[in-house]
Amino acid sequence: MNALSRRRFLKISTASVLGAGVAGRAAGLCSGLRDPLDPRVRTVPTFCDVCFWKCGAIASVRGGRLWKIEGNPDDPLCRGRLCPRGTGGIGAHSDPDRLRTPLIRTHERGEEKWQEISWEEALDYVATRMQKIAAQHGPESMALFAHGIGGTFLKHTFRAFGSPNIAAPSFAQCRGPRETGFELTFGEGVGSPERTDIANTDCLVLIGSHLGENMHNTQVQEFAEAIGRGASIIVVDPRFSVAASKAKHYLPIRPGTDLALLLAWMKVIVDEKLYDADYVAEHGFGFESFAAALQDCTPEWAYPETGIEPELIRATAREMARHKPATLVHPGRHVNWYGDDAQRSRAIALLNGLLGSWGRKGGFYVPASIDVPSYPYPDYPEPKRGRLDNPERKFPFAGEAITTGIREATLSGQPYPIKGWMVYATNLLHALPDQAATLRAIQQLDLLVVVDVVPSEIAGWADVVLPESVYLERFDELNPEYFRQPFLALRQPVVAPPHDQKPNWWIARQLAARLGLGAWFPWQDIEEYLAHRVRAAGLSYEELKEKGVLLGAPQPLYFEDGAPAEFPTPSGKIEFYSTQLERAGFDPVPRYTPPEPGPPAAFRLLFGRAPMHSFSRTHSNRLLSDLMDENCVWVNHRVASRLGLRTGDMVRLRNQDGVLGNRVKVNATRRIRPDCVYLVHGFGHTARGLRHALGKGASDAELITRYTTDPLMGGTGMNVNFVTIETKD
Amino acid sequence: MDEHVIHRHNHGIDPVLDAWGWEIPVYLFLGGLVAGLMVIAGMRLLLARPRVRQPMVCWTAGPWIALALLSVGMLALFLDLSHKACVWRLYLTFQVTSPMSWGAWILLAVYPALAANALLHLPVALPALTSRFPVLRRVSDRLLARPRVVLAIALANIVLGVGLGVYTGLLLGTLGARPLWASAVLGPLFLFSGLSTAAALLHAILVLSSPAGERPAFADFLIARLTRWPQATPPAGEETGFAQAPDPARLCSRSPLQPRALRVESEAPELLQADNSFLTVEAALLGTFLLGHTTASAVHRQAADLLLTGPYAAVFWVFVVGLGLLLPLTLQHFELQHRIRHTLAPSLLVLLGGLVLRFVFVQAGQASHWAATALH
Amino acid sequence: MARYVMAIDTRRCVGCMDCVVACKTENDVPEGFNRDWITETVRGEFPSLGLEIRSERCNHCAHPPCVDCCPTGASHVHERGGVVLVEGDKCIGCKACIAACPYDARYVHPDGHVDKCTFCIHRVEQGLLPACVSVCPTRCMHFGDAEDPHSDVSRLLATRPHHTILPEAGTEPRVHYLT
Ligand SMILES: Nc1nc2c(c(=O)[nH]1)N[C@H]1C(S)=C(S)[C@@H](COP(=O)(O)OP(=O)(O)OC[C@H]3O[C@@H](n4cnc5c(=O)[nH]c(N)nc54)[C@H](O)[C@@H]3O)O[C@H]1N2
Ligand SMILES: Nc1nc2c(c(=O)[nH]1)N[C@H]1C(S)=C(S)[C@@H](COP(=O)(O)OP(=O)(O)OC[C@H]3O[C@@H](n4cnc5c(=O)[nH]c(N)nc54)[C@H](O)[C@@H]3O)O[C@H]1N2
Ligand code: SF4
Ligand code: SF4
Ligand code: SF4
Ligand code: SF4
Ligand code: SF4
Ligand SMILES: [Mo]
Repeated sequence: MNALSRRRFLKISTASVLGAGVAGRAAGLCSGLRDPLDPRVRTVPTFCDVCFWKCGAIASVRGGRLWKIEGNPDDPLCRGRLCPRGTGGIGAHSDPDRLRTPLIRTHERGEEKWQEISWEEALDYVATRMQKIAAQHGPESMALFAHGIGGTFLKHTFRAFGSPNIAAPSFAQCRGPRETGFELTFGEGVGSPERTDIANTDCLVLIGSHLGENMHNTQVQEFAEAIGRGASIIVVDPRFSVAASKAKHYLPIRPGTDLALLLAWMKVIVDEKLYDADYVAEHGFGFESFAAALQDCTPEWAYPETGIEPELIRATAREMARHKPATLVHPGRHVNWYGDDAQRSRAIALLNGLLGSWGRKGGFYVPASIDVPSYPYPDYPEPKRGRLDNPERKFPFAGEAITTGIREATLSGQPYPIKGWMVYATNLLHALPDQAATLRAIQQLDLLVVVDVVPSEIAGWADVVLPESVYLERFDELNPEYFRQPFLALRQPVVAPPHDQKPNWWIARQLAARLGLGAWFPWQDIEEYLAHRVRAAGLSYEELKEKGVLLGAPQPLYFEDGAPAEFPTPSGKIEFYSTQLERAGFDPVPRYTPPEPGPPAAFRLLFGRAPMHSFSRTHSNRLLSDLMDENCVWVNHRVASRLGLRTGDMVRLRNQDGVLGNRVKVNATRRIRPDCVYLVHGFGHTARGLRHALGKGASDAELITRYTTDPLMGGTGMNVNFVTIETKD
Repeated sequence: MDEHVIHRHNHGIDPVLDAWGWEIPVYLFLGGLVAGLMVIAGMRLLLARPRVRQPMVCWTAGPWIALALLSVGMLALFLDLSHKACVWRLYLTFQVTSPMSWGAWILLAVYPALAANALLHLPVALPALTSRFPVLRRVSDRLLARPRVVLAIALANIVLGVGLGVYTGLLLGTLGARPLWASAVLGPLFLFSGLSTAAALLHAILVLSSPAGERPAFADFLIARLTRWPQATPPAGEETGFAQAPDPARLCSRSPLQPRALRVESEAPELLQADNSFLTVEAALLGTFLLGHTTASAVHRQAADLLLTGPYAAVFWVFVVGLGLLLPLTLQHFELQHRIRHTLAPSLLVLLGGLVLRFVFVQAGQASHWAATALH
Repeated sequence: MARYVMAIDTRRCVGCMDCVVACKTENDVPEGFNRDWITETVRGEFPSLGLEIRSERCNHCAHPPCVDCCPTGASHVHERGGVVLVEGDKCIGCKACIAACPYDARYVHPDGHVDKCTFCIHRVEQGLLPACVSVCPTRCMHFGDAEDPHSDVSRLLATRPHHTILPEAGTEPRVHYLT
């Protein structure tokens, strides 16, 4: 009944595949080949995994030692330049705190006391426990949390095992609301990498989206080009972000009131007839009722909510309209803020719809990918019981599984018990709100297996810890990327793992074998699998190994160039008025509700990215921690002096529920509103094995005890916590 | 004021420059002290042109102490080097623009000059040694017999001494990157500080070696010479300490460091006088230096404030100015007027002041920065 | 006679420190040390603020006091492009050059000798750009010969307003910041 499952991303046949550009060969860069400039140097193309952007990279090994990694000039995502995390990624290989061998728990969960065991023992143990759980409760009672491309083969094993309960924080803690909001409006999500045409935009509107700190490579590169081009940039953020410092208009909004601003913007654009009338007429559905719903949303109405002067609201609305359709109101990525996020994202979609930027140059292009047939596996067994993360589709517009839904089911045992978790490449204690709930859930489990590369917080609670080789030491699933320029990328090992670490595909395959699921792993070796798929796509695996990426023929990117203007919504049009939402009992046009105020004299806790770190995963990478060793709490400088605080002073944050954070340095700055404080996410490690990162900075996650659930899709709005600053220590 | 953040954390550089620890101040202090000893001994040699030896402490003890202290100083310098294995590189080249290079070569020349002066007075300094090895005495006598050689030794010690003293100041003075140091006055300032500490040290030796109760008979011989030379001639009949030959037996049989062998009564006051005038000049130079900085650019004013009002003010005013200059000046003034006994106190204060001066300048200098205004 | 300079576009720079980490891997800069670094200057009052982010390093000054004060000639001006270099095995570690640099661009390498930015002369001589320049994701860094009127550094410096750091220190820095 709702259109969310439908995907219409363009898949191109490999008849139209181009060879990679010559840049790679010109630079003498090909797999395992000696660098003509230095015979001691060997280079290997692969792709990065320090975040989920998957930039093509070329690693150099000098005298047998991993020396450096650079962007692959052939790769359309990074165009030869990695972000700082990618460049420093080699530090993950040499990280002295890495897990070395499989570990089994010898004491209470969370005590981080282990015994080293062999892979055979470890996998036998895990397999027997999984079978025991399956026997007692059914295979559905094993859940898998897996984030990133490395999870592919474990997901495969789990599906073969018969469990549908697989989730990643990338939905309910990250971009879920955005996908929902856009799918409800255009019938399609924004996807990752985002289909934003920043490269060609004349007016870029950033709501949060702190590009430049958020280092998603392509976006930042195109952002810089937009700056260079003199594109008009509008940034909405309670904090004077780096992006804000590049903006023509900076709107220091009151946290949590963006929807009011968006509605006011649309009101101005509709009232002043500044929208793309032809586009709306041709592609729009329910525009009149939409316009009517905006009735009261004047800039004057929005002013007391947002703190943005009516004139500035009007000026920026007109600015956007002036550049339409080459105006891009960026959909953001991490949008789980306040629980009204899907509707706020939908409002962003609607604003883009008004400006006619969806499917237009400088707005949102239509991505395409190379069609790489999946490996001919036997069908998965049909699980007897369906997914339990979203029972009775409580959240009707959730397009993916909800991590916190699995956590709740684990706690309640409803609709059926969850007795085992396998956790791959996600540090649930930093990623999910309300750590206490996660820990309570873990105590319900008969089995917790964590696959990680370092002794992370979540690994500290595991029964069995499986040490994976880092991305520079392994093959992984292929990446046939949906992008402006379709391409296929390969990750291949650059160096051998330093100890007894194993790649995810090996772990998944070994586990499957022990679970009697060998039929789902007909291939002996990963390269057999990869080569088969690449050849099935009509491409040369050897060429892919040599170049790292193979480009597909460029496809028409915009409606005007012949990209199909299809909107897989119920109406087949851009739904300015959503009958789906109406039927499901939600506002068919977004309506603003003010955010819950915090306790008096408390500051709203905001959080975000630092350019050289990824979440909680890069702090023991010595190359990257050398750039930023700890986070500090941003406090407005006037507030700070009122509290007698100066930059560098040590404080603790205490949240509304009395949780006291770790000691953290103050950054008394004029770059933030007085009513909120800001932390870079992921610091404040408590895992003893992370010797270098332990206790440095404060963790936003431990202070995020509350969250507001998005009624449409089950996302966890996390910007709803408040803290006070404790100076005496 | 702007909000300024530097994301750099180089050990020894950030947050404040800490390239030089205790070694360099000690080296600069000892270098200055040695310079002072050379100049005083040299001057005196130049003025007296003795044909017979005198057990003057500046001749007998001076050169030996200087040689020892210089070696200690160079050890300190060596200890500061972070790439010791390459130290010999210093002597493969001469870099005209580099005070360090000048210093390296000066230090090399200082040793023979001091040695020559020591040798000249060896028979009174260490009679035991010269009577054991008569050849030493013969060489020494040959030197003494040649006025030109004596003159050369005198000039060498004066010139190299002045060079050494000035160099210890210019080493810092030429580092314009540190606003506090950016001043040519540091050269003479450190030279005169060196002179004052040298005079103080010699005086201290005299006092230590003079039997209690003995008082200087009369004063200001050297000063008279210093101020009125060359016209000046010793008052007739006066015991100049050079004109007539004292009983050689007495001179040679005893080590100069044995009390009566020393001519406390004539030398001590001269040294005190000298010391006071050195201190006066030093104070004047310090004033000039501070005046220069406080009237220069904002950056230099901020640098000077580090000493005048900032974190180093207490040490500077108390130890350098108070205890190091003013107090000894007054004490020595009264000693000369025979109002109070000669004690070690003023000499030790001067020495302390000289040492602290080097420490304060090296530390505060490293803390001073061009970006001071931009940064904080 | 080439004169190498950098022109860094502060309007594009986002302070991501890619230039810093690229230098570390390319040149094996030891942990805890930087040859290049980021500085931020915030001006104005919230919300009308200005933020200038600069990627800083040795300025390869036209009048390098660090070279003048070096007693061994370890610190010298390279014949190519006027780049200021330190010859590690000539360096005695007296640190005079460190004290002489108004930009604190030098440090004592754990091996004992003094170290600093080399303008990646080893890459430049191979026809490559300095590591920091070639990695910068915002392409805000430009390196080239200021003597060559056709180089993009010359063009940028001729057409865009720019400044150097602490010109009053009188060393004539050759890293320019486009504003
Ligand atoms: N270096 C680096 N880059 C990354 C990542 C990383 O770990 N490290 N992670 C990647 C991933 S997976 C994601 S999802 C993205 C996340 O990056 P974004 O999608 O940019 O995440 P946001 O939460 O929008 O960014 C946080 C910003 O939102 C502002 N903000 C907070 N509350 C409000 C509000 O109420 N209104 C408005 N208008 N702004 C607000 C904060 O001040 C902060 O500047 O980053 C990606 N890029
Ligand atoms: N409080 C708070 N919570 C958040 C966010 C926030 O900003 N603040 N951001 C949200 C967003 S946008 C996202 S996308 C998620 C991200 O959430 P996660 O994907 O969980 O990110 P990390 O916290 O970095 O956890 C990654 C874990 O995987 C491990 N790991 C790294 N590389 C590998 C590998 O190659 N193999 C294996 N097996 N393990 C590996 C790391 O050691 C680490 O333990 O977090 C969400 N949750
Ligand atoms: S954005 Fe940076 S970290 Fe993410 S994949 Fe690309 S280079 Fe790696
Ligand atoms: S890499 Fe480029 S953008 Fe990033 S900090 Fe350095 S100069 Fe700025
Ligand atoms: S910046 Fe410093 S180190 Fe570099 S040349 Fe100038 S003075 Fe010398
Ligand atoms: S530390 Fe080395 S490079 Fe610097 S001045 Fe001394 S010898 Fe020259
Ligand atoms: S030019 Fe080379 S040495 Fe200098 S900062 Fe850039 S990368 Fe480092
Ligand atoms: Mo995310």
